[in-house]
Amino acid sequence: MARKVLVLGEVRDGSLRNVSFEAVAAGKTAAEGGEVVGVLIGESVSALAQEMIHFGADRVVAVEDEKLKQYTPDGFSQALMAVIESESPEGLIFGHTALGKDLAPKIAAKLGSGLISDVTSLEEAGGNLVFTRPIYSGKAFEKKIVTDGLLFATIRPNNIAPLEKDESRSGDVSSVSAEIKDLRTIIKEVVRKASEGVDLSEAKVIIAGGRGVKSEEGFEPLKELASVLNGAVGASRGACDADYCDYSLQIGQTGKVVTPDLYIACGISGAIQHLAGMSNSKVIVAINKDPEANIFKVADYGIVGDLFEVVPMLTEEFKKLKVNA
Amino acid sequence: MNIYVLMKRTFDTEEKITISGGKINEDGAEFIINPYDEYAIEEAIQVRDAQGGEVTVVSVGTEEAEKQLRTALAMGADKAVLINTEDDLEDGDQFTTAKILSEYLKDKEADLIIAGNVAIDGGSGQVGPRVAELLGISYVTTITKLEINGSSATVVRDVEGDSEVIETSLPLLVTAQQGLNEPRYPSLPGIMKAKKKPLDELELDDLDLDEDDVEAKTKTIEIYLPPKKEAGKVLEGELEDQVKELVNLLHTEAKVV
Ligand SMILES: Cc1cc2nc3c(=O)[nH]c(=O)nc-3n(C[C@H](O)[C@H](O)[C@H](O)COP(=O)(O)OP(=O)(O)OC[C@H]3O[C@@H](n4cnc5c(N)ncnc54)[C@H](O)[C@@H]3O)c2cc1C
Ligand SMILES: Cc1cc2nc3c(=O)[nH]c(=O)nc-3n(C[C@H](O)[C@H](O)[C@H](O)COP(=O)(O)OP(=O)(O)OC[C@H]3O[C@@H](n4cnc5c(N)ncnc54)[C@H](O)[C@@H]3O)c2cc1C
Repeated sequence: MARKVLVLGEVRDGSLRNVSFEAVAAGKTAAEGGEVVGVLIGESVSALAQEMIHFGADRVVAVEDEKLKQYTPDGFSQALMAVIESESPEGLIFGHTALGKDLAPKIAAKLGSGLISDVTSLEEAGGNLVFTRPIYSGKAFEKKIVTDGLLFATIRPNNIAPLEKDESRSGDVSSVSAEIKDLRTIIKEVVRKASEGVDLSEAKVIIAGGRGVKSEEGFEPLKELASVLNGAVGASRGACDADYCDYSLQIGQTGKVVTPDLYIACGISGAIQHLAGMSNSKVIVAINKDPEANIFKVADYGIVGDLFEVVPMLTEEFKKLKVNA
Repeated sequence: MNIYVLMKRTFDTEEKITISGGKINEDGAEFIINPYDEYAIEEAIQVRDAQGGEVTVVSVGTEEAEKQLRTALAMGADKAVLINTEDDLEDGDQFTTAKILSEYLKDKEADLIIAGNVAIDGGSGQVGPRVAELLGISYVTTITKLEINGSSATVVRDVEGDSEVIETSLPLLVTAQQGLNEPRYPSLPGIMKAKKKPLDELELDDLDLDEDDVEAKTKTIEIYLPPKKEAGKVLEGELEDQVKELVNLLHTEAKVV
């Protein structure tokens, strides 16, 4: 059944996050031949509309207002409800990011609709759109369908492939005006702690360090390896608790959930709470002194050894590979 | 201060998970208070101790959640309420749970409602913001700090590792993130006292709700375990050769670099 699907584009530091292009691809599947409409909300965001179209949106609707410079649930829900009113969509797709997790349930409650969160794939099967999502901290999966009303989902970053970028695609960009008022939460300050550069939840390669890294300086070789592979650095809670790095790097049940193509765990024992955040990575490499460490049970490849020897050697080998490529 | 905590009884995900008859096998499994709801209970107790008032812990579930509600009372909550859906409902989703909770809360004049940011089993993170919206109050999710001053509140919100300092006012719903506090263990006197604290049980009828009002909007059609991973390859030989082999495998076999 062809349906019109709205896809929320998420802007960070002036550009669209990757997950927005993945959401467009999910929107295409969900639309089943219907129209995919990108939605951009912010102070000045319409310049990004073309990029959403290049990635597959048929057209884009923007809501711009200086009160939308920062995300607040009230401001963004007022903007989005104005778009929903003017477009009457049958589907909505957001990224399952801090913003999407915060906003989607509010919109679902306003619309009295269901919401399928943290979706890792969707497909048409037997006349239904079937959404797959991890449950029990990634130890099981469930397939869900919408039985009543709007088709609404948030998608986990890095799981649904974006469509090929096609710069020759074109589409209409329009704006919707909304009255943004009575914001009940006011952001006084933003303290930036997350690492600059590659975003952990969207990184294709992650080099993660645990207590085995032993100190703040111990993270240096990991950073070098990450930079050669254009990846991001992550950590176990053990490393965060020991103050070797900031909690913003924590991966796991209480930290970030990541699914990169390559996850290299260095000096991490592989506690269940850590695995909850990374076990769905495509390829896992473990480097650990202890051959009995649990991390080897989930690793595709393992090296038993001292990370301070292995990691710099890896960096050198990857550099050679790059030169030869 | 009239404080409510939303608490879910969850499957301890440290447990091994098996499936029987298309469902997660719960026989003999360990059930706990959702870890984020422990932070919520602790925060509620601390706010009450500082500001005065009362903490009520509410759970939607079956009789079995009484155990976790008693634990919350033993930690120091004043009252517990179980909204028992066993006889009325077969299925539910986040729409269902949020609707039931908000119907219960709508005439309670709560100043502060604290939930967990996500349940470690269902994992949607929907219930808190949904309840706030249904009650028409504002919310802040994944908080690591809460300061209340009269009717205003300053909250620190974790946003993918960055922190936002947010000013807002009561009534307010917040959802707890790790780092908010260190939940206490129930003390022995706490456990004794908890036995005498009120634990009320309600059904949908008591909330003037019909099954139709809370009918789920989504449905689970299949539950399955991820395919078992083949045992990984632990490399052997000289360290230098292992490193070379690994890079080669990642490049040619796994094709991830
Ligand atoms: C409710 C709850 C939530 C939690 N949430 C999370 C979470 O989100 N994320 C998380 O990570 N943890 C979480 N934990 C903590 C988790 O249980 C573990 O304690 C933690 O993951 C351990 O970190 P680690 O592997 O770095 O440390 P350790 O378990 O101490 O392991 C260190 C490893 O380093 C190896 N090593 C030491 N030196 C070297 C060397 N030179 N070279 C190579 N290897 C070396 C050792 O052999 C060992 O295997 C949580 C716990 C609880 C109770
Ligand atoms: C009658 C009925 C039958 C159900 N049947 C199923 C089923 O077969 N399969 C299934 O997977 N789920 C079932 N559910 C549960 C439902 O699908 C969700 O698990 C539930 O709505 C919570 O969603 P979540 O686990 O994603 O929690 P989240 O939204 O991630 O929880 C966030 C926070 O909300 C609060 N919260 C969540 N749930 C409750 C609760 N029950 N009581 C109080 N506070 C809560 C807690 O503070 C929690 O930390 C049923 C629910 C009902 C009412």
